[in-house]
Amino acid sequence: MTCGTLPKPQMCGLLAKCLQFHIVGAFIVSLGVAAFYKFAVAEPRKMAYADFYRNYDSMKDFEELGKAGIFQSAK
Amino acid sequence: MFSRAAWSLVLRNRRHGTRGSHGPGGIARGEGKMPPYTNYYAQRSYPMPDEPFCTELSAEQQALKDKEKGSWTQLSHAEKVALYRLQFHETFAEMNRRSNEWKTVVGCVFFFCGFTALLIWWQHVYVFPEKPITLTDEWKARQLQRILDMKGNPVQGLASCWDYEKKQWKK
Repeated sequence: MTCGTLPKPQMCGLLAKCLQFHIVGAFIVSLGVAAFYKFAVAEPRKMAYADFYRNYDSMKDFEELGKAGIFQSAK
Repeated sequence: MFSRAAWSLVLRNRRHGTRGSHGPGGIARGEGKMPPYTNYYAQRSYPMPDEPFCTELSAEQQALKDKEKGSWTQLSHAEKVALYRLQFHETFAEMNRRSNEWKTVVGCVFFFCGFTALLIWWQHVYVFPEKPITLTDEWKARQLQRILDMKGNPVQGLASCWDYEKKQWKK
């Protein structure tokens, strides 16, 4: 009647297997996303701010802003 | 198309009684010559409805059902298939078959998006009032110049892309 017998499918522990797969996957995905964000977004931003403020002269900046004519109370 | 051929085969062989069953959804499915409103509806997420597909059986089918009450080893392969078809409308493979419905759906979605675009174009010509003064090009240019003068977001934002010595955008 049948051409051959099929292998017996898994009968127990289906939820546990599914959960383990997804828990491990969730860990890996979330750690990966966090690492990616740290190294692609957070670190470059910190570097950008450090570079900007390393040689920043606030009084010179203030005078430039004044020359551009945006202040209403200062000259 | 294959399922319709299979359907008419089943019709001819088994002389179906009416189907009556409690299905999961309220959707009626009619194919071929069957009455269009039935309760039997199996789907991949609800594959075994509560009641069998055929409830009114001919004498031959009733005899088969009685034989089913005995030992199943006495049933031939054809009889087992017939019993399956009495209980269930389609096999899993037939029930889960693909269809081309998605093409119709996508086509209709695009069609109505296009129609909406035509409506909006008409509105743009005949309904919308004048743009406010703050959206004219001259005003927007003065606004941008003022933001650059104030050095808005000089670290990573807008003013960081402007070269203040050469008075142009950084390359």
